[in-house]
Amino acid sequence: MAETAKKSRLSRSRTRSAWLFLAPMLVTLAVVAAWPLGRTIWFSFTDASLDLMSDARWVGFRNYLEYVEWGDGEGQYYGLLADARWWRSVWNTILFAVVSVSFETLFGLVIALVLNQQFRGRGLVRAAVLIPWAIPTIVSAKMWAWMLHDQFGIINDMLQGLGLISQPIAWTASPDTAMVAVLMVDIWKTTPFMALLILAGLQMVPQDIYEAAKLDGVPAWRVFRKITLPLIMPAVLVAVVFRTLDALRVFDIVYVLTPNTDATRTMSVYARENLFDYDQFAYGSAASTLLFLVIALITITFIMATRMDLEGKRS
Amino acid sequence: MASVELINVSKSYGNVQVLRDINLSLEQGEFVVFVGPSGCGKSTLLRMIAGLEDITGGELRIDGAPMNDVMPARRGIAMVFQSYALYPHMTVYENMSFGLEQAKLSTPEIEARVQAAAKMLQIEELLGRKPRQLSGGQRQRVAIGRAITRDPRVFLFDEPLSNLDAALRVDTRLEIAALGQRLPDTTMIYVTHDQVEAMTLADRIVVLNGGNVEQVGTPMELYSEPASQFVAGFIGSPRMNFLSGAVAEAHGAVTYGIRPEHIALSSDAGDWAGKVTLTERLGSDTFVHAEVEGIGAVNVRIEGRADVSAGQAVFLTPDAASVHLFDAAGRPVAGRPDA
Repeated sequence: MAETAKKSRLSRSRTRSAWLFLAPMLVTLAVVAAWPLGRTIWFSFTDASLDLMSDARWVGFRNYLEYVEWGDGEGQYYGLLADARWWRSVWNTILFAVVSVSFETLFGLVIALVLNQQFRGRGLVRAAVLIPWAIPTIVSAKMWAWMLHDQFGIINDMLQGLGLISQPIAWTASPDTAMVAVLMVDIWKTTPFMALLILAGLQMVPQDIYEAAKLDGVPAWRVFRKITLPLIMPAVLVAVVFRTLDALRVFDIVYVLTPNTDATRTMSVYARENLFDYDQFAYGSAASTLLFLVIALITITFIMATRMDLEGKRS
Repeated sequence: MASVELINVSKSYGNVQVLRDINLSLEQGEFVVFVGPSGCGKSTLLRMIAGLEDITGGELRIDGAPMNDVMPARRGIAMVFQSYALYPHMTVYENMSFGLEQAKLSTPEIEARVQAAAKMLQIEELLGRKPRQLSGGQRQRVAIGRAITRDPRVFLFDEPLSNLDAALRVDTRLEIAALGQRLPDTTMIYVTHDQVEAMTLADRIVVLNGGNVEQVGTPMELYSEPASQFVAGFIGSPRMNFLSGAVAEAHGAVTYGIRPEHIALSSDAGDWAGKVTLTERLGSDTFVHAEVEGIGAVNVRIEGRADVSAGQAVFLTPDAASVHLFDAAGRPVAGRPDA
């Protein structure tokens, strides 16, 4: 009797200290994540503008979708969901995310496989590979903007020098190449991050099974496909989710490299334009809310589809 | 024709030589154990036979054919790793069949081989499981099973028992001995640092020390006629007593060696007078540690229970026929009998 009471007191105190340790993180999350998110969602259902934040009135779904009758039996849909520019931004964002993450995964995998080999100066190369990732995005975007400049850029100069192009290309200004330019810079910048995460996965693979495969006479390509790839897949999937989340809310690189063009406007850029440039705070909030929903949906779908092992139960 | 032949085989990493001029000839079907302390080069030697390490000097032959430059998979060997080295994402069946698929065997042939190996090792009901769902002992069986399916000419074991707990180790040791008998045409090479494993499993033992072969012989040869002080100390448990000083000089040697089981204990009379410092009782045996005047600490092994306790005065009598004498370099010397 006395013993069970003692035991439950012990476990009660353990629970208490667990909550105590969790509290700072929960409070921080509430302040920096939950509160702003809640506010944004609230504003998306109001008529708030930048100078009238406190007087914002509830307007229901008007910012998302509203049918306005013109009186003669005809009418038109207004709101975010009826805005072609918004849908173009959604398409741009998804295109950006799919293409950039695909290439980053592919290149990251190749680099990780190389960095996982023993060679002289490996430590130096590993550190050097990380440089693009270490440079702040604004800085690298500005740097690339200069390199891609149509008149003074080194890229055009080199391509012309090699005779690959006859006319300088306005990489960031032309609608045909703007997205390519953004993708190129993002892939350059983020591949090291991918490589690092995949390298961590590679280093978890025990070396002795490669020796077993050697004794089994398995050729290198089959070792990669049948042993390495399945074993690093969990790490790759986690990296892909991280990167996809990042890519779906891409803002800075687009904002610096190709401001104000339909060809590269992403959901984040669209939301910011409305929030601050066009003084449509409520409308921008609605865009932010939809952006949040899209990211949440894609992430959940991806995790379920790949049956990702988030709790580490299977490893 | 020898099954496995090593001719002046050596191994060096840069300037560091880890194995020097190893010459060995293993008969087909022989169970040979490489034993030695850690760092003696025994695992490296095994990995050179497997083809996982380059041979930097000398020649390796299997069934007469030179093997130095032959791919591991084409040497007709199979290996059981210390850590089992099972493919973690494959089932037991796939672990055993993966190498066979590579060897371009037909599916029914693969199926038959896997089933036969599984039956031999009683792991048939585990074929659908992944390695993480298996106990250490089961994983070990799967690793052995995978090796068996390759139908090797030479079976290599790299410290296969060192990741198992003590009870399982004894059981698995017996199974490996039984496996050796069931595959009478397969040469077995087994690496261990545990002299008990070496003694119980081997037809012949190769004792390695510091990159050299100290002695090759049957377990009983090594026990009764050790070729060096190192072998004498390494083989046998508890360790042989090594005594120096007057007792050795009296026999014209630097070191006087006598195994604990070759000393008689008496409370009335004997050659050496001493005092018991400690007793270890195992039930079947008792180890009596005594301090002998003018000689030093001596360990005596008594069968059954010895009726002595710490502090008690005892007399010890070494069996003169079982004394081993060594010179300063640890080489055996023919002593003057019973000086």
